[in-house]
Amino acid sequence: MKKKLICIICPAGCTIETETDDADLVKVSGNKCPRGAEYARKELLSPERTVTAVVPSDSEVLPFIPVRTDKAISRNLVSQLLKTIYSIKVKTPVKRGSVLIENFQASGVNVIFSRSVKN
Amino acid sequence: MIKKTYDAIIIGGGAAGLSAAWNVAKAGFSTAIIERENCLGGILNQCIHTGFGLHRFGKELSGPEYAEMDIDLVAANKVDSFINTTVFEIRSNGILKSVFASSAEGVTEFETRAVILSMGCRERNRGNLGIPGTRPSGIMTAGLAQRLLNIEGYLPGRKAVIIGSGDIGLIMARRLTWSGAIVMGVIEILPYPSGLARNIAQCLDDFEIPLYLGHTVSAINGKERVESVDVSPFKDGVPSLSGTFKIDCDTVLISAGLIPENELSVKAGVKLSNATGGPYVDSSMMTNVPGIFACGNVLHVHDLVDYVSEESENCGSAVVSYLSSDECSCTQGNISAGSNIKYIVPSKYRTGIPQKFYMRSLMPFENAMLTVKCADKILFERKLKYVRPPEMQSFTLTPEMTDGLNENSPEINVSLTEV
Amino acid sequence: MNSMDYDVVVVGSGVVGASIARLLSSYELKAAVIEKFPDACFGVSKANSGIIHGAFHHATTTLKARLELKGNMMYDQLHKELGFPFKRTGIIVAAFSSEEMKTVRLLYKQGVANGAPGIEICGSERLLNLEPGLNPDIAGGLYAPFAGVVEPYRFVFSLMESAQLNGLDFIRDFEVVRSSYDGKLHQVFSSDGRAVAASFVINAAGLYADKISEIFNGEKFKIHPRKGEEFLLDRNSPARPNNVIFPVPAKESKGMLVIPTVEGTTMIGPTSEKIDDKEDSSTTYSNMERIFLQASRMVSGISRRDVITSFSGLRPVLENEDFLIEKSQMAPAFIQVAGIQSPGLTAAPAIAEYVLEILSKDCGLKLEKKKSFIPEISRTEKIYGISPEKLDELIEKNPAYGNIVCRCEQISEAEIVDAIRKGHTTIDGIKFYTRSGMGRCQGGFCTYKILKIISRETGIPIDHITRRGNGSFITGERISGELK
Repeated sequence: MKKKLICIICPAGCTIETETDDADLVKVSGNKCPRGAEYARKELLSPERTVTAVVPSDSEVLPFIPVRTDKAISRNLVSQLLKTIYSIKVKTPVKRGSVLIENFQASGVNVIFSRSVKN
Repeated sequence: MIKKTYDAIIIGGGAAGLSAAWNVAKAGFSTAIIERENCLGGILNQCIHTGFGLHRFGKELSGPEYAEMDIDLVAANKVDSFINTTVFEIRSNGILKSVFASSAEGVTEFETRAVILSMGCRERNRGNLGIPGTRPSGIMTAGLAQRLLNIEGYLPGRKAVIIGSGDIGLIMARRLTWSGAIVMGVIEILPYPSGLARNIAQCLDDFEIPLYLGHTVSAINGKERVESVDVSPFKDGVPSLSGTFKIDCDTVLISAGLIPENELSVKAGVKLSNATGGPYVDSSMMTNVPGIFACGNVLHVHDLVDYVSEESENCGSAVVSYLSSDECSCTQGNISAGSNIKYIVPSKYRTGIPQKFYMRSLMPFENAMLTVKCADKILFERKLKYVRPPEMQSFTLTPEMTDGLNENSPEINVSLTEV
Repeated sequence: MNSMDYDVVVVGSGVVGASIARLLSSYELKAAVIEKFPDACFGVSKANSGIIHGAFHHATTTLKARLELKGNMMYDQLHKELGFPFKRTGIIVAAFSSEEMKTVRLLYKQGVANGAPGIEICGSERLLNLEPGLNPDIAGGLYAPFAGVVEPYRFVFSLMESAQLNGLDFIRDFEVVRSSYDGKLHQVFSSDGRAVAASFVINAAGLYADKISEIFNGEKFKIHPRKGEEFLLDRNSPARPNNVIFPVPAKESKGMLVIPTVEGTTMIGPTSEKIDDKEDSSTTYSNMERIFLQASRMVSGISRRDVITSFSGLRPVLENEDFLIEKSQMAPAFIQVAGIQSPGLTAAPAIAEYVLEILSKDCGLKLEKKKSFIPEISRTEKIYGISPEKLDELIEKNPAYGNIVCRCEQISEAEIVDAIRKGHTTIDGIKFYTRSGMGRCQGGFCTYKILKIISRETGIPIDHITRRGNGSFITGERISGELK
């Protein structure tokens, strides 16, 4: 399969043309440096994203509390993770940095609160 | 009327106001922030995505986390804060200023020696852009949509078109998609995107959202709620109607630039620059009105909050010098935007101290030479790669560079040229 | 008589319907206004230039001309009683050639014949003295000092408030779809199955007066919509004339103007374009270009940078261009008030008197002045531009004055709550009543705050609040956990 990517490693923003077969990246072009090839490999074979969202809470002041993953998580898990977050109702108080969801689906990624809420 | 006295009053408790405030307070001056919303942090509170703090803290934080770092510093440095309080007038009585603010408790007159303007900016809206068509419900700025979704928890619509490829618009494309809405496309009038490449990749490409470069919305259609938009190629400064196509949607978000919000400043006698929409400030971040300072997006629109904080810390330090009356007595000279530069802030320099300047280019360059000159003498030069108008540039003028200038502080000119 | 039977029902609550309503409420009558929108002034009268005209634009032979002058003269008393924003700014018609000066002389003669007080022809020097912002190339022009500007929606709202205070019923969301007459009473039915009965019906339905006439088996005429696009400039725009500046008029319209609105902003427009669709309130790119070109020709300092919003309005125009105000020859106990285009706003108070005269003389309705009639309405204090001391006093009485909701136009929570309690529960209703969201940010900062206040005061969930009724919802539903 052929796919175009914009490299986000440096401000040059190279447009990288890639080709993959079932399991591996077979062709990369358009990148001006080796970091581009590495980026393309990661993006195509095991892409990861930091996920941010708001979670419903029992607080009058802040009925939705911002949360994020503490590191990037596999793109395949994003949709499930969002579903899980939206279905929770958080009891306040909460503290910034404290964990809402631990080790989501054994990914090693936690969801943490981005904001402290007193009540 | 309640009367209170502080050494410094900071108007607006967003990123700029917070940084300025704790930097003044840590020098021992009594400081208060006046904030019209119900909490400190400003727009950062609704920017729940990550990408903040890379320069300042060396890690990627979300907006609320970044804000909370400064809110903690504000509290630790004993800054008073007045929330749900709106400043509506600033009066000068010689060296003293009176800042009038209203809240449910009444009007408070804050008497102070230094006022820092840090009110931020507002978004350009449909009227500013002159987008034709009907006037249904469902047209809003990206910031309002962001507020509705990220703070109030409401999905603004189910099917959206975003006008403008600025970062807020791109971030909202992802936010809407992750919240269950469909984003039909992003329409950008310029031939290149305004937002960061990373946001194009992760907010549009990830969801296969089309980006229409060099296009404009030539009409919004719909009676009660938006039903569709007409999209036309933008050629020679006008929409080319023959190439028009329709996109169905129930929501139009506008993310097409920000305007420093200076109505209060103007009323206080502060002069504004046409290039930035913000006040002219000297090397102490002071406006033309002695004792009134400005920093952050009210001064000029930044693309990174890290730079807002840095500039505001500098502003805070300058206010400390002002309040301590140990300002450098040397004269200030003008520093002006030369070839290919839209503006430079501050607009004055002084010799003997290192000073940071922020600027924007007028066009994109792959390789550019930044040249700082005084008459024919080059003070310094630096090669810059990938200069783009949406990305602010900065440089520091060191005492060594200005060493040779005479006492009259002649004008310095800054330019960018293709190499 | 049934409890839902009225002596008079007015269809429509634009400036004409509201003016008639208020006058009706000063008599011993049982009267109601039915309105298809959720609020008054949501039709033709909303998108109006807000000018109180100078009685020189129309020929003496027309009904328009007579009612225009009379209506103009009635504004001072109404303003005193109702307190809506109104100012006699004066009108200048600016001529740029000797050819245009010829038309100015004709207008002057026409004005004098109509009885317009104080109008004069001015040379360029006098005009530039009166109005330093005019293009210095001006040849001369007409000056009508007794013309002015009004905030049209505030005017209409205050009329409706006064009418309701004096016992008139205001029935909202009532779109007339059917009627019947039994020789004594009209039965009027709405699209949602409600009904009111009335001895007399007044057709003040604006753009849809033709449709209403048809429903009541009245005269067959056609209302042609004529569109006008306008641009509103920030109150900080340097283009802020003292007078309303007109060009020398074209055949079908008074031309595109520069208007110093009574609220302190500057408005430019309107265009004049015959269209077919009565719902077409769209603006176009090419008209924007035209408006700016023409306005800049008259007044300096007009810049697109200062545009805060644009809109378009539709004038309800009859074939012969004049007003149609008479007892229907075809429908019984039915009065036509149709084709009320410019200068309809100016003439409205006089139109109301004219209609009451028809009711009494032609229809034999007995009119007896209400002894208990209260001409004044309560006025809500506004915080815009007041001194810190005065604001402090207001907050002490009502802390909601301390919460500034709309930062651009300085509207407090107290004013928003007042609007809601007076029945304005849509975003547009509150906007037109209070000016919240009319400033430079156009609601970017205050919309969510107003949504919350409406919801708190009325119990309407936020995702059910509309901009102007029907399906004009502001936002979708709240995130509930289900990702779709």
